[in-house]
Amino acid sequence: MNLSVIRSHFPILRREVHGLPLVYLDNAATTQKPQAVIDALVDYYGGYNSNVHRGVHQLSQEATDAFEKVRQQLKGHLNAAHSHEIIFTKGTTDSINLVAHGFRDLLSAGDEILVTQLEHHSNLVPWQILAQYSGATLRYVSMDGHGALNMKDFHAKLSTKTKILAFNHISNALGTINPVKEMAAAARAMGATVVVDGAQALPHSAVDVQDLDVDFYAGSAHKMYGPTGIGMLYGKTSWLEKLPPYQGGGEMIAEVAMDKSSYAGLPHKFEAGTPNIAGVIGWGAAIQWMHSVGIDQIEAHEQELLVYGTALLESIPGVKIYGKAPKKAAVLSFNVAGLHPYDVGTLLDQMGIAVRTGQHCTQPIMDEFGIPGTIRASLAAYTSKEELDALARALEKAIALLS
Amino acid sequence: MESIAQREADIIEEFSFFDDWMDKYEHLIALGKEMPALEEPLKIESNQIKGCQSQVWLHATMEEGKIRFEADADAIITRGMIALLLRPVQGQNPIEIAEYEFGFLEPLGLTAHLSPTRANGLLSMVKQIRLYGVAFQAIRG
Repeated sequence: MNLSVIRSHFPILRREVHGLPLVYLDNAATTQKPQAVIDALVDYYGGYNSNVHRGVHQLSQEATDAFEKVRQQLKGHLNAAHSHEIIFTKGTTDSINLVAHGFRDLLSAGDEILVTQLEHHSNLVPWQILAQYSGATLRYVSMDGHGALNMKDFHAKLSTKTKILAFNHISNALGTINPVKEMAAAARAMGATVVVDGAQALPHSAVDVQDLDVDFYAGSAHKMYGPTGIGMLYGKTSWLEKLPPYQGGGEMIAEVAMDKSSYAGLPHKFEAGTPNIAGVIGWGAAIQWMHSVGIDQIEAHEQELLVYGTALLESIPGVKIYGKAPKKAAVLSFNVAGLHPYDVGTLLDQMGIAVRTGQHCTQPIMDEFGIPGTIRASLAAYTSKEELDALARALEKAIALLS
Repeated sequence: MESIAQREADIIEEFSFFDDWMDKYEHLIALGKEMPALEEPLKIESNQIKGCQSQVWLHATMEEGKIRFEADADAIITRGMIALLLRPVQGQNPIEIAEYEFGFLEPLGLTAHLSPTRANGLLSMVKQIRLYGVAFQAIRG
């Protein structure tokens, strides 16, 4: 993997912030976009923009072909059994809401929904709403001091009452990689449906939904080098057929009479209205870009930087890293003793370093650690050692200014 | 008593000596450290302004027709910003505070601190300061 070639694919990495070269370390929030993705958007709008699935004309045919090709691409990327198992949504949050909404009449009092303390609010609040609506009980799997799930607690809380197990593949706040296959198998043995938030896993590793054997798997394009506003829900055919439609409108119907309509087959049953066509096409270019670099290469590069960055940050007095699970993705969540993460983040920004500070939409994790938040540096395929060095130097400067 | 405009001019002059961001932030941090802490009994929920990233407390009282503000925050740069924001309005008439725009932040290059994306509670604090102006003006009649 040639890092300078990879970096040259991203025009934004050439810009400056406050007069200094941009060091972008907020990739868990959203990744930057390679030129190939930007070109795909421009080509679509400039060359064959039209609505999909309905025009008889040439442009609509071209747009539909390009759009559906990405569904095939995602089927291959995730090793789904069928392309109709890939539903296009607005993103991971939308995908999880689709599933949670679909279960409204399938749960009742006495049923349990099991989530974990590591969840992003997007994989928490939809289940709270479902619990409130259906009378089901929401239970949490706790985490240990390293940010790994407490598996003993998981097995203790999982029972035949558990109807849904929802958890993230990788924690956005701490980087913890959860044992999806093991947890899914245990849940299935109890008859529970398994819903995985894969938003943070798809950018960093190869995901095989048949091997993991999960019922649902959600992801967002913008966290894996694609455009914002587009994501997907993978669902096993049997489940997608069973769940009711999420939204009504055009595209999702077979026949419409004044009093009643019959719904279209999969995947269109869940894709009401004109989809984000440009987003889908741009996402296809992003997946292609990831494969051209090599997903295993991206993962190996990021893991190497994670080891380097961890040692580097820990060599700075006062720095404490949160989240040290044995299996961890390239996220460095940390604080400096006696300093507020907001102050540190503000000064890092002045030095051209883009990090996220705060709770990262994971208040239960921050409450567990008893901290107002962390500073989070999250890496990507284009992150360099030099950028981590720049972070460390800037951090030392910020500490000096604040102490 | 100095007018709001005089105090704004003083702040702008004070910051004109700094030629780079580091000096400016060092000063802001120093202001944050110097600002007296809000008494614990006043750090109550009704005085709290919740930002996602840092927490701010604001308390106001009326003394002889003038408003007196006391405030605090958990982050030091936010405290420094509070110290700056309160300087022009401290002890002024409610009517002036109700309409005050905090325009001096622009020449100081500090307007970003009031941006909603910062989620530091300062934007809400500015709105709250003006609301106190409106409310105390109404009481005064």
